[in-house]
Amino acid sequence: MASPIIRIDNIVKRYGPLTVLDGLSMDVMPGEKLALIGPSGSGKTTILRILMTLETISGGHIEVDGEQLYHMKKGADLAPADEAHLHRMRKKIGMVFQHFNLFPHKCVLDNVTLAPILTQGVKKADAEKRAMELLDMVGMADKAKSVPAQLSGGQKQRVAIARALALSPKIMLFDEVTSALDPELVEEVLNVMKRLAAESDMTMLLVTHEMGFASDFADRVLFFDRGKIVEEGKPQEIFRNPRQERTQTFLRKIIAAGHRV
Amino acid sequence: MIDWSGYLTLILEGALVTLQLTVMGSALALVMAFLAGLGRLSRFFIVRALATTYIEFFRGTSIFVQLFWVYFVLPFAGLTLTPLQAGVLALGLNVGAYAAEVVRGAVKAVGREQTEACVALNLSRYQRMRHVILPQALPLMLPTFCNNAIELLKGTAVVSLISLTDLTFQAQVVRAQTGNTLIPFTTILILYFAMAWSISIGMRWLERRMSRSLDGVRT
Repeated sequence: MASPIIRIDNIVKRYGPLTVLDGLSMDVMPGEKLALIGPSGSGKTTILRILMTLETISGGHIEVDGEQLYHMKKGADLAPADEAHLHRMRKKIGMVFQHFNLFPHKCVLDNVTLAPILTQGVKKADAEKRAMELLDMVGMADKAKSVPAQLSGGQKQRVAIARALALSPKIMLFDEVTSALDPELVEEVLNVMKRLAAESDMTMLLVTHEMGFASDFADRVLFFDRGKIVEEGKPQEIFRNPRQERTQTFLRKIIAAGHRV
Repeated sequence: MIDWSGYLTLILEGALVTLQLTVMGSALALVMAFLAGLGRLSRFFIVRALATTYIEFFRGTSIFVQLFWVYFVLPFAGLTLTPLQAGVLALGLNVGAYAAEVVRGAVKAVGREQTEACVALNLSRYQRMRHVILPQALPLMLPTFCNNAIELLKGTAVVSLISLTDLTFQAQVVRAQTGNTLIPFTTILILYFAMAWSISIGMRWLERRMSRSLDGVRT
């Protein structure tokens, strides 16, 4: 059996007196599609941000692709990671944000080609060719020369997905990618992601409030509450037959709020 | 009757000196603004401390004193400057301190989310600044830079105190020689205004050019 591509071991994350993650441990296998669900403030977005090195950790260890993320070997000991180590580790991971975070001063094509050209030394022509393939895949090829301000939210998010894919990371993190979208635009983004999940062997972690989508997308669903994983399992088990009372309460509330399951 | 043409030449020569001071002073101010402004955002304490000291010192003391200091005191330390060099140095350092805060403010005004996108795309610190943050911060800086440049232009009048033959100095000369106050001072009033006005127009043009793609009207 293959070894996990992500190994999270007893992670603690505190903001001052507030403990967001409280000794969280989990493993993710290569190619696995994971959905992280749970109430706001349960720590699911924080775990993505920690994996993307956008946050620091207060304790514990994370191993990504066989290497420590926040630590590096110094002789026999582990030392905090320096910028060069983080740079090397970030190559393995890509992220799509809730608010897209496109570069407003660059056209769609330049948004996608910037990082491959700068960080991987890809030639401009090659980067653009690859970018057009990706934009075509997300249905945005005809908007390659538009700037983000000219796009709808759904279009922006599809560009953001293409931009993250352009670096071919081993692991992709999706942080509530449809939460900032108008309801009628959610579908187009979810369709792109469903195809991506079906066709790619990338490891994917998804934080979402779209339970129906989580159910289609994921091999495994993790229910977070108060910085801990309360329950995990296959989508059918979690959504149809939740064992824990907190999971049941959460799903009842979600259904009452009109989300489909 | 006074023959004004010779005096007008004198004043125009002064205008040239003022222009020189403004252009070179602004160039120095711009360099200092970016050095100190970005320095204040550095992750190294010593760089932040140096930048902050420079900014607080030059904002907190008078341009007169700074100019006299550069021109009259530095020679004691073995550094003798021409009046023009002294003028450019004092004006550039003084205005640069104000403009540094403009740079810092504009960089901070570009949202955290842009930096996070850069981290996720694995850009280095330098690449983030160069390709993502500064291109968005520059259009934010321009209106205040325009203010700073005009302040600097008007500040150049103080160099007449170290006998540099700028616009104000020449007007004094003409006044002393002709006994007429109205004409030389009205002339330089108009010339100062014309120069300030051209700075405004130039900056507005730059601003439009730079923010064009941000507004989404790029073809």
